[in-house]
Amino acid sequence: MAGTAGRRGAGAASLDAAAALAVEDLSLSIAGSRILDGVSFTVAKGGVTALIGRNGAGKTTTLRSVIGLEHATGSVRVAGVEVAGWPTFRRIRFGIGYVPEDRDVFSHLTVKENLQLAESGTNPRYDLVYQIFPELAQRSQQAAGTLSGGQQQMLAIARVLLNDKGLLLIDEPSKGLSPRFVGEMVEALEKVRGEATVVLVEQNIHVVKRLAGELVILDQGRVAHAGPVEDLDDPELVRRLLGVSTGT
Amino acid sequence: MSTLIAILISGIALGAIYFLVASGLSLIYGLMDILNFAHGAFLTIGAYAGLELSLHLVNGGGLLGFLGLLVVAAAAGAVVAAVAEVLLIRPLYGRPVSQILITVGLDLVVVGLLLGVFGSDSRQIAVPVWLTGATHVGSLSIPNGDFVGLAAGVLVYVGLGLFLKHTRFGLVIRAGAENRDMVQALGIDVSKAFTFVFGLGGAAAGLAGLLYAVVFSGSLVGPTQGDQLLIFAFIVVVIGGLGSIRGSAIAGIVVGLVQVVSQFYLGSKSGWAEAGDISVVILLALVLSLRPSGLAGARER
Repeated sequence: MAGTAGRRGAGAASLDAAAALAVEDLSLSIAGSRILDGVSFTVAKGGVTALIGRNGAGKTTTLRSVIGLEHATGSVRVAGVEVAGWPTFRRIRFGIGYVPEDRDVFSHLTVKENLQLAESGTNPRYDLVYQIFPELAQRSQQAAGTLSGGQQQMLAIARVLLNDKGLLLIDEPSKGLSPRFVGEMVEALEKVRGEATVVLVEQNIHVVKRLAGELVILDQGRVAHAGPVEDLDDPELVRRLLGVSTGT
Repeated sequence: MSTLIAILISGIALGAIYFLVASGLSLIYGLMDILNFAHGAFLTIGAYAGLELSLHLVNGGGLLGFLGLLVVAAAAGAVVAAVAEVLLIRPLYGRPVSQILITVGLDLVVVGLLLGVFGSDSRQIAVPVWLTGATHVGSLSIPNGDFVGLAAGVLVYVGLGLFLKHTRFGLVIRAGAENRDMVQALGIDVSKAFTFVFGLGGAAAGLAGLLYAVVFSGSLVGPTQGDQLLIFAFIVVVIGGLGSIRGSAIAGIVVGLVQVVSQFYLGSKSGWAEAGDISVVILLALVLSLRPSGLAGARER
């Protein structure tokens, strides 16, 4: 099972050993504000776990803390190995792929150069990348800054698919995209989820329901709920923790 | 007319040397957001390293010997800069103000050490005779040193462009100048790029230190030479646009031309001794008021 949150019981150690990701008591304060307040959850290998919550709940900070871009205290284990304290580049090389909230493609570099920069092994998987995102092959010499938002999102995801990563952290892939591009992105992510364990931060409930099997809900820097994605069918839970109505 | 042409060539040669210094400053700022005040120290160390070698060569060692001086000057600048990055800058990652302050401190220490070891008097670099001569074209007489300075600037500009465009380190540097965190988030140890860029900048500075002494300072080297040149290099970087190599090249030439031409026509002829320097400051004020981000913009390469 994925998305197991809260206090850890006697079986936690064996669970963590099997987990793609286990964070425990992740805490971070910035300028006196408590951004993360003891976040703990595990993500089992395989499938998509959605990390959701209101704006400011700590979702992006959690992902950034997992890869060391934020210096939170607490434990971060990837495939059973403690990586807290490692520099970011080492955590990434260990087997994490990170797609940031605002894509952060290198706008002055071409599509091809963005991908080349991401190469880390001897056999970058261009075939896989171009199979999922054929448009990137056609635009390989185009400056990334001139791509549309959807194309930049494709490039950001393609960069992490280029190498064989066991764990992908994808932050709000639908953010700022038109409905047509959101549909294309979801189709692409459906192909991606067979390649690795995915932790998906996403505000769009419909996207979460379509892609994720498990969910972790953050609220004010804490894990407020964890369970199967079907829990989102509970309108009271959604209203209370996400502040939105799912409608019918 | 021939005088004007000779002055223009001299201004361009000076600009080429300014570019050598400014290119390192610009690369370091572009990637690391550090205004490196120790750059003048790297420059002076390069010049002194060349000086020491030249004293062991007979008649400056000819062309091969002079090329050796340039290599040693660049290598000395590179090594000192890279070591400074690892020992002094690296422990202060994430503390940009402290990083800037420590470069100021390093510069003061290096100048103090050079004063202590070599004294305050300038010393003469032994160079080949042909380097102190001139090439005559009709009535035109152009110092050979101008050609050397110009050639070095062009070679470094082209080489730097090829390096940034066609090597993986160049790719990392270009990407890091845009978003360092994301470079790390792709699994790249950006601290290696920091050290490399410091070393690269130090090499260009060391080269510039020796060339400036040979071409524009009567082959004399003094402990504070780097600091004097650094002021103009900073002006070049600001006019060109912080972080822009192309901007530094253009601004270097413009500043060199303005300085030499105004010094000749306003300084030498009217007796206004600092005319060249003051003209450069006026140029800086003009550019900043019209284009605050410099000629080539803040981060454009």
